[in-house]
Amino acid sequence: MPVLSVTGLNVRFSTEDGSVHALKDVSFDVPERRIVGVVGESGCGKSTLINAILGLLAKNGEVSKGSILFQGDRDLTKLGATEMRALRGEEIATVFQDPMGALNPVFSVGQQMVNVQYRSGLSKAEKRKRASEMLKQVRIPDAEAALSRYPYEFSGGMTQRIAIAMALMMEPALLIADEPTTALDATLEVATIELLQELQVKIGCSVLFISHHLGVVAELCEDVVVMYAGEVVERGTVRQVFNDPRHPYTVRLLECDPARQKKRMRHLPTIPGEIPDLRARPEGCIFAPRCHRRFGACANTPPDMETGTGHVARCFLADQPEPVGAQG
Amino acid sequence: MLNYAIKRLGLAVVIVSVAMFLLFSMIYLIPGDPASVALGPRATEAMKAALRERMGLDQPIWVQFWNFYSGAWTGDLGTEILSERPVLTVVMEQLPYTVALIVGGISWSVALGIPLGCLAAVRRGGWVDRIVGVLSVAVIAVPSFVIAIYALLIFAVWLQWLPAIGAGEPGEPGDQLVHLILPSLAVGIGWVGYIARMVRASMLEVLEASHIRTAYAFGLPDNQIIYRYALSIAILPTVTLLGIGIGQMLSSAVFAEIVFSRPGVGKLVYDAILTRNFPVVTGAVLVTTAFFVLLNLIADLIVGALDPRVRSNF
Ligand SMILES: Nc1ncnc2c1ncn2[C@@H]1O[C@H](COP(=O)(O)OP(=O)(O)OP(=O)(O)O)[C@@H](O)[C@H]1O
Ligand SMILES: [Mg+2]
Repeated sequence: MPVLSVTGLNVRFSTEDGSVHALKDVSFDVPERRIVGVVGESGCGKSTLINAILGLLAKNGEVSKGSILFQGDRDLTKLGATEMRALRGEEIATVFQDPMGALNPVFSVGQQMVNVQYRSGLSKAEKRKRASEMLKQVRIPDAEAALSRYPYEFSGGMTQRIAIAMALMMEPALLIADEPTTALDATLEVATIELLQELQVKIGCSVLFISHHLGVVAELCEDVVVMYAGEVVERGTVRQVFNDPRHPYTVRLLECDPARQKKRMRHLPTIPGEIPDLRARPEGCIFAPRCHRRFGACANTPPDMETGTGHVARCFLADQPEPVGAQG
Repeated sequence: MLNYAIKRLGLAVVIVSVAMFLLFSMIYLIPGDPASVALGPRATEAMKAALRERMGLDQPIWVQFWNFYSGAWTGDLGTEILSERPVLTVVMEQLPYTVALIVGGISWSVALGIPLGCLAAVRRGGWVDRIVGVLSVAVIAVPSFVIAIYALLIFAVWLQWLPAIGAGEPGEPGDQLVHLILPSLAVGIGWVGYIARMVRASMLEVLEASHIRTAYAFGLPDNQIIYRYALSIAILPTVTLLGIGIGQMLSSAVFAEIVFSRPGVGKLVYDAILTRNFPVVTGAVLVTTAFFVLLNLIADLIVGALDPRVRSNF
């Protein structure tokens, strides 16, 4: 049974100039003890997806269709505010992108780490002890003293490790990480990812890892979900999606990733065209206007076609792959 | 923290010294002979010379300034011209009334302004927000002496709920407090508006911050997020603003003391100007300046105590 099972999720924002259909028919699973990566360009709906899972959509947003099943029994789209709050921080923990701003600047690290344990029956001293043990696990030097220091006294990498410690302290079933390494430099990024990997195994939780860095996803994740303009265009294991991409968008995305370039090119390839306006979602395939394999059928909504076990692509041509680099 | 306090204290000394210099030059630059101004047109040359000597006006200017400056730091602000009582004593007799008025004004503005600002931010765009918005602008726009006069007419003369004039019986704190309600409201009400607007604006900004999103993502109760996590940051600019606002409240206090016939430094200065009692004017202004600088210092220390980042910067 997957920890998280998203099925046919649709999210809309109502704005002054119409309804923004930010997520359309999003489906994927986060199996137990697995790390699932979500990749996609900026604005494709990654944060919206997280907020929908956490029940923290902006006031003008709503889940218009679909379900988010947590541990098989609770549909997060139907839980009340109180039940959702009970889940957050306890069973679903989150680490956000901006490490320097993620902690409250006027409370000490210890105060904040004790405070998030407000539901536990432990004494204050025990909560502090638990917090300092967790800081040791993320290799914060002199963890005891670190508790009485303030967030601004730590570097970006350290703050991110503290945020990870705070998130994993309650031993959640699911950790959501929204681009946790994007703001860090390359060395820190590697260290943070190794730390996440290590703690994930130790705690035995599942991870939903949001990133727009394909290399990081390939390194860390076991499964991957490729998003484009609010839709999941392809999903499968990392091996399936990276070695045998079936959606033209995935193919182009892989071609554009500089780390995967086989031959030297004068220009980095970019996908021609722009992300469509989500206020007026065109009929049919969302990627069609930018797709080099577009044909007549693309005016209709493409099916989610399963080409291997758990490998699904939303494309009419999913069963007729093209080699990576064919267009390069 | 101690280091920070010492540095701020040093700055306060510098500010008061500059104020003394400005005050001294102002008196010195006022055209006319202070002795003839003080003694009036019928004084003889001998009387004027005697007064000049007593006031030290026959000495070189820098000696005069030094006497004034060093005297002031030791509490010697000269003597009142007619009664020859020490100016400091005269001012200090009146200061508690004004301090009570200012503290009362701050209490009103904080007690009403912070909750209203919070409420407006949390209910952003709703009718509470709109009403608070309109009221804030209204109380800011209307001069405090107008509010003082209307408050006096409505609550004291018409409804007769509260006493109209005076500061209450000495030695009876309850009576003095009742007498403080209207004048302090008149002094503080404009600042209810400033503080409500300031708190609303900074709350809206803080509520958007990523650490607030973190707090929600950890399932902390909404009330704790708003009133502890967000407000403790949103309050900081307000404390600084209030430190500055005390200067404006001091000038409102002058009107409130006149309208409500209360004793106080404002009333003292007003009467001293009418009777040309210049040593009292300078003494009272100097003490008020020191008081203002002291309250500003306290506001800064409070910000330092509340915000670890500020503390470390000093
Ligand atoms: N509150 C909102 N009101 C209206 N539109 C919104 C709102 N929040 C998000 N959107 C829209 O939904 C779409 C997806 O946004 P989202 O922030 O989820 O993207 P993202 O993939 O997280 O991007 P990034 O990589 O930049 O973080 C965007 O078109 C955005 O403009
Ligand atoms: Mg995002």
